[in-house]
Parts: sequence; C-alpha cells; structure tokens
Amino acid sequence: MTRKLVVIGAGMASGRMLEHLFDQAPGQWDVTLFNAEPRGNYNRLMLSPVLSGDKTYAQIVTHDSDWYLAQGVTCRFGEAVVGIDREAQIVHGARGPVEYDALVIATGSAPFIIPLPGHKLPGVVAYRDLEDTNAMIEASRPGATAVVIGGGLLGLEAAAGMAARGAEVTVIHLMGHLMERQLDPAAGYLLQRDLEKRGIRIHCKGATKAILGTDRVEAVLLEDGTTYPADLVCMAVGIRPETRLANDAGLEVARGITVDDQMRTSDPAIFALGECVEHDGQLFGLVAPLYDQAKVLAATLAGTPAAFMPLQTATKLKVTGCDLFSAGDFAEGPGREDIVFRDPGRGIYKRLILEGDRLIGAVMYGDTADGPWFFDKIRSGADITADRDTLIFGPAFAGGAQADPLAAVAALPPEAEICGCNGVCKGTIVTAIQGGAATLDAVRGLTKASASCGTCTGLVEQVMALTLGDGFAANANPPMCKCTDHTHEDVRRLIKSMGLKSIPAVMQDLGWKTVGGCASCRPALNYYLIADWPLDYRDDRQSRFVNERNHANIQKDGTYSVVPRMWGGVTTSAELRAIADAADRYAVPMIKVTGGQRIDLLGVRKEDLPAIWSDFNQAGMVSGHAYAKGLRTVKTCVGTDFCRFGTQDSTGLGIRLEKLLWGSWTPAKVKLGVSGCPRNCAEATCKDIGVVCVDSGFQISVAGAAGMDVRETEPLLTVDTEDEVCEVIAAFVQLYREQARYLHRIYKWVDKVGLDWAREQVADPATRAGLIERFRLSQTIYQTDPWAEHAARPDEWAPVADLRLRAAE
Amino acid sequence: MSQLIDIAALEDIPPQGARVVRTPQGCVAVFRTADDRVFALDDRCPHKGGPLSEGIVHGTSVTCPLHNWVFDMATGQAQGADSGAVATHAVRVEGGRILLDASVIRRVA
Repeated sequence: MTRKLVVIGAGMASGRMLEHLFDQAPGQWDVTLFNAEPRGNYNRLMLSPVLSGDKTYAQIVTHDSDWYLAQGVTCRFGEAVVGIDREAQIVHGARGPVEYDALVIATGSAPFIIPLPGHKLPGVVAYRDLEDTNAMIEASRPGATAVVIGGGLLGLEAAAGMAARGAEVTVIHLMGHLMERQLDPAAGYLLQRDLEKRGIRIHCKGATKAILGTDRVEAVLLEDGTTYPADLVCMAVGIRPETRLANDAGLEVARGITVDDQMRTSDPAIFALGECVEHDGQLFGLVAPLYDQAKVLAATLAGTPAAFMPLQTATKLKVTGCDLFSAGDFAEGPGREDIVFRDPGRGIYKRLILEGDRLIGAVMYGDTADGPWFFDKIRSGADITADRDTLIFGPAFAGGAQADPLAAVAALPPEAEICGCNGVCKGTIVTAIQGGAATLDAVRGLTKASASCGTCTGLVEQVMALTLGDGFAANANPPMCKCTDHTHEDVRRLIKSMGLKSIPAVMQDLGWKTVGGCASCRPALNYYLIADWPLDYRDDRQSRFVNERNHANIQKDGTYSVVPRMWGGVTTSAELRAIADAADRYAVPMIKVTGGQRIDLLGVRKEDLPAIWSDFNQAGMVSGHAYAKGLRTVKTCVGTDFCRFGTQDSTGLGIRLEKLLWGSWTPAKVKLGVSGCPRNCAEATCKDIGVVCVDSGFQISVAGAAGMDVRETEPLLTVDTEDEVCEVIAAFVQLYREQARYLHRIYKWVDKVGLDWAREQVADPATRAGLIERFRLSQTIYQTDPWAEHAARPDEWAPVADLRLRAAE
Repeated sequence: MSQLIDIAALEDIPPQGARVVRTPQGCVAVFRTADDRVFALDDRCPHKGGPLSEGIVHGTSVTCPLHNWVFDMATGQAQGADSGAVATHAVRVEGGRILLDASVIRRVA
C-alpha cells in the first residue's frame, strides 16, 4: 500500500535519501518535494570549482526536475512551506496543503551574517548558494577588490576562487591563524604562506568594525583602524541550522532539530536530516555524515532497522595547490602526546596526536598523501604501540630516517647571507670549505665569516658540518631551549636571512620540536621579531612575561608596583601631588624611592592598574617601564645648574637621553647614568651605559653592571657635543638590540663580541647612520605609552566573575 | 560535573591567556589554550603562592610567573624536577560560554 511522504528541502542530504529510498522500497511511498529554491538538487560542495571557473553549474547538478519526474516525485519548487499541522498531519505550502503519513525536514542551514553596520548594503553576500556564487563571479573581474570576512574552509575557498578570476582579495580572520577549527598554528602558517604567494592578502587577528559605503559596499573597516577597499564583501563566518519550521511546529529543537539514531524528531511521524539536525549534541556541516544520515533515514522509511553513528570526519580544502589534511581531534590535552615532523625546505608539516595506544588525530600540510592511511587508523582505533617510532613516516616507511636538525641550514640557498657583518653568503663558505678550509679559523681567515661579532659562528659551523659530514665536530653551544636544536644566535641569524616574520613561521621553518614552544623560547622569539621587523611584526602579548604584559612589576604576593617615569629623575610639585593622590586613592601600602631616582608605588592590586595609569596619564606622566626589558632609567646628578663642580648640564642631557631611548624593547634591561663631573655622583660607571661630563666633552663608557655581577664600565668613545652623545648611544643601543641574545645584559654581549668590534661599528660614520636610522624607525612604532593604550579597557583587568555573593545566596 | 555556573564567554579570555574568578575559597584561574580548550586551576602556585593566571601558557601547561614552576593544567601536577600540585576544577565550553563546576562556591564545611 502506498503511503504519503512529504520532504521539505531539495539539498544534498534529501537527494541522497530519496535515491536510497527508491532503490530499497520502490513504489512504497508517494513523494511530494518542496524546495524554496526554484530548482532541483546540485552538489553544493562543488560551488567552489564553479566560482574558480573549473566547472560550470550544469556540471554539478545531481538531481534535476527530470530525475524527480522519472521517479514520480511531485515537485513543488519555488514554493515556500508556511506551516506544519502535526495534529492533522498536513504540510501547508504557499499554494495549498498536502497530507502526509511521514514528513522529512531537510531545510539545511542558513549562513550566519554578523549584523555589522553596513551589512545590508548591496554587494555584501554570504557564500551559500548559486546566487551568491554568481554574484562573486560577477564581481571578480580583474582589478576588482573583494574582502572575505572569515578565514575558515568556506571563506578561503571563496577567496581563492575570486583570486583565480583576477580579483584582488583580502581575507579578514578574527583568530590568530587560518582554519583554526581544522588546523593548528603551524599548518595555518603554511597555508597562509601559500595563499599569500597567490596574491591573497591575509589579515589574522582582525575584527571587522563596519562595512562602509553609501549606495553599495565600498570598503571594510577593522577595529584597529585598517581599511580595505572592496567592491564585494563575502561574509563566510559560519552557518546556523535552519529550524524555523520545526520550531513553529513545536518540535524539540536545541541548536538543531533534535533527532534520535533513526533520524526521528520528537514527533514519531516527522524525521529530519542534514545540516538542520542535532544528534547527540552534535551538528553536521561536512558531507560524509550527511550521506550516512540519508542512508539511515531511507532504511527507516523502508522498514529496515538502521542506526546513525557519527564517525570521525576528515577535512580537505578545495583550493588547488594548498595541500592540507586534518582529521579527528587535534587539540592538545591531558594524556595526549604529539609526534611532530617538520621539513622546512619543502614546506611540509605533519603532526599526529596520540592518546594512550591509539591515534586520535592528524594534521598535515604540504604532503597529505598518507592522510587516508592515518585517517583509517583513527577510525579503526588500532593499537599503534608497535609502530610508534616510525608512524609519522607513513605506510611507505622503509628505514630509519630521522628528522635532521641541520635541515634548516641545508635548505638555505647558496646566496643566503650567513654572516651579516661581512656580508658572506652560504655559497662562499661552502666554496672555501671545499677548497680545503677544515677548521673554523681557516674559514674565518678565508671568508671573514664569523670573524667580526661572532653571532653567526653556530651557523658557519653547521654549514661546515653539512659540507664536511662526520669529519667536523662543532663547538658545544647549547640550544635555545628544549624546543629546538638551534642556539639563540642561529635563530636570530635565520630569522633575518629567511625573512621569518611570525612565531609560527620561526617554529615551522626552523623545525621546532614542540607544537607551541615554551615559556623560555616564546618571549625570546617575540623580542627577536619585534627588533628585526618593527613594521611587519605585531607584538604577541601572550608571549610576554607578566611584568611586560601588565606594564607593572609583579610582587611576591601577586600585587604590582607602579613607577611613573620621572625624566632624568626630575619631578615637580604637581607630579608629586598626583603621585600622593594616587597613593591615597588606591590605598598604596608603601611609597619608596628607587635606586634609579624614581618613586615606586608598591602593593597596587591588578584590577586597580588601569585606573592608576589613567590618573597618571592625566597628570602628564607615562609608564616608567620599571619592569621592562627596555630602557629603565637615566640617573643624573644636578650638573652645572646648581653644583659648584659640574662641567656640563648633566640633568638636561639625562632627560634628553631618556626621551630619546624610552619605549624601545631591548634583549635585557638597560640603565643609564649621566654624571656632571668625574666625582660621578650619578654612579654612571656601573651602568649599562654611562656618560661622565668633563671640561673637554663627554666620556661615554659601556658594559657596566651592579647586579649579580658588579662591573665597571669600559670607555667606548669620547665626544665633543651632546648631539654626538645621543647619536653614539642610540647607535650602540640599536647594535645591541640587533645582535644580542635575549636576556643578555650589555656587559655579557660585549664580552662575547668584543668592545673593539662594537666601537668600530658605532665609530664608523656610515654604520652609525644606518643603526640610528633603524633605531628611529623602530621608535616610531614602539615609543608609545602602554598605559594610555590599556587604560581604555579596564574591564579586561578585573576578575571575569565574582562568585562570592552567589555562594552566600 | 554536577552543577555548572556560567562564568563568562570564551572570548573574554585571550587565547594563551587566563582570567580570574573570585570564589569564597580564593581565586580560580581559568585558562584558554591556543586551540580553545579551557582549564581551571586554583590561582596559587603551591611553591610560593604565585598567581598562575599571570603565567605564560604553552600547550596545556602554564609557567608560574614568580619562579618558573611549570604545571600541567589538566592534572595540576608540577612538571620536571619540581614536585607538588595545584587543585584543578572541572570546566567546559558550551555554545561559546564557559561553565565552571559549582563546587567552587560550596562553603567550607
């Protein structure tokens, strides 16, 4: 006996379901099919190839009107369903009712549109159906500009498709790396690099503030003020189950329509499948589980027992040339272990995630040939204990290949610069070694590589090891931390020579052995990138030690000390009053004068920091950076103004130097002193940099210390004018910023490179000018008051919740 | 987990960062990893009471800002040569909200 089946929605899931149903139970059901779109069923997954021009719409149609007609389906295309009467078992279409014995809701999902200002302007589209695709094709003529909001799977396919048609495309992504649901930061970095190579601009950590335009879209404005012009904006930020009909009919709906293992809703006569359903708390966006659901529902309607069991799914990006694969669960977590393989030269990254004796996830980029093999291991839950050592090499593993710590250096082209001081490239060194130079000194003699500041010594030795093989034993210089085999010096050189501009880039291209570094290497890398690429790199706050992250000095009880800057140690009654007022207002338990002639407010609570900063800002004071790996203070004596021995204006010079240098990040803290005469009341000769004023000019000395080591400064240069003092010191600080390893004070760095070499650099007019120029450039970005920046967002500093009252209730 | 308290949105915590929740028994630090997992630990290092919420988060570990003790956020166990543990609390993310085990507000008996 024929029964009546009504299906709402002609998408991929319902099409596949009907195919199975007609196979299994021909003639059993009399089917009526509603579809809001005025057409049958096409393969939505193939919209990307249509967008990029690889396929036409006709090629992706799976079930057209003729197919449905041949199966005896009554098609009501282009007709909206207005309601479901569950009591009477009737679906009300716009053009009349239909009775049902069984009803299938397959309404899919709707793209999520962020209600930003301007989101309704013409030219703003989602990426969901053929209309959106056609709009993007139309807008992708060469020379046009497009912005895609959302760097997930769909957004990147949209971006690549439009770029392939000649548009200039920018992707704005809120998170720190692309496709964060499927990829970890390392794989995300490789993907970004590949997309950038094909001309797509990627802006991560970008929050869209508004879509601009009058009659139609013209540009996109971000929270940080960046603006990108756009003839078209594609919003690809996610999808939501389309549950309105089910809601109106009073079916049980959570995020999606709730279904059981047979795809039955809370009403036994109504079923649902596809992106509109929620099964066991899970939503479905990929096609494989949808097809499984279709099979189960067809069997259920045909009267055969079947149950839906969601399986692990794998992801691939349909962008030619971007080879990525992700499957299973790749998050880090308790009891989970990683096996990481990086081949920087070929841009390959593979990571397996193990839990106990099972493989539970895999992320791969660049070489995904083994993806299905790993995927199979994830799905089957096979015990991998026996293969663990060689698992990452995949099924073709044929013998003990090991990840090579020399790979990054091996991958450098012959023209890559190894020694920056003398401009020696890798090829020159290799030629010298092949010509007979077998020791470091011989290489130094022949090429001048590593003969100056010496920071490239490790790299030169690696080139020797690569060229000479076992015949060469390198000096033992410990690696940066347990995450890498490279020394600090090597990492610094390679960041420059390989043009690495982000922490994930360094970790990938230098073969980091951990997934995300550690508390030791991350602050160092953050500093190196800031120092080397002031214009390109964006500071990573979460890689900063607490004192720099909170712009105050953490104390043993978790409170902070705040030290407003007092230029050259000089203050005014108004500033003192502001400091006293702040001390009262925030109940500061102790006010102390520091060794660097500043006033320290000790015991400030974290949540009060933004308010106290704001008060000081209003009184005209900026952060003292009393906590920073940067310029701390310039200590001064009173000089000629009041002192009967003073030979120069030491106070004025100290203020000038502090105003020149403040805000610049350095490898370790930097303290200066300026004394007005050789009596040295400012104790300038035990500072990192000291100036002693004498009748004939200014003696600049460096590399002192008064900490764990106590050291007297050594003379650097004597100059005639204050201007020259400022130039020499700015150049010397920049040299230190560019060369030293993280956490090395100036005296340690000078011990290593030699004072003579440093003096030659700052004494040479051309080198000095270059150093000063680079220092000034960096200061245009980094000489900002961090207090002013963060005082505007006080909420981020307070506890996120206070449950003490809740407990009392 | 028995009872849960909605404490904040996931977005309120920066990736690889932490925020503090005040409870009658002291502060609890809620951490967010680079891959959006959350962990909740007492905000006191067992060594010298350092605020773990201000430590650097790497993988599923956090390094105390005072003396660099490293803790596995999942177990609360100190790593490496150090021994000791910090109490952990059940926490999870649902629909973009962070839900913390209500036992943190139970009164001390």
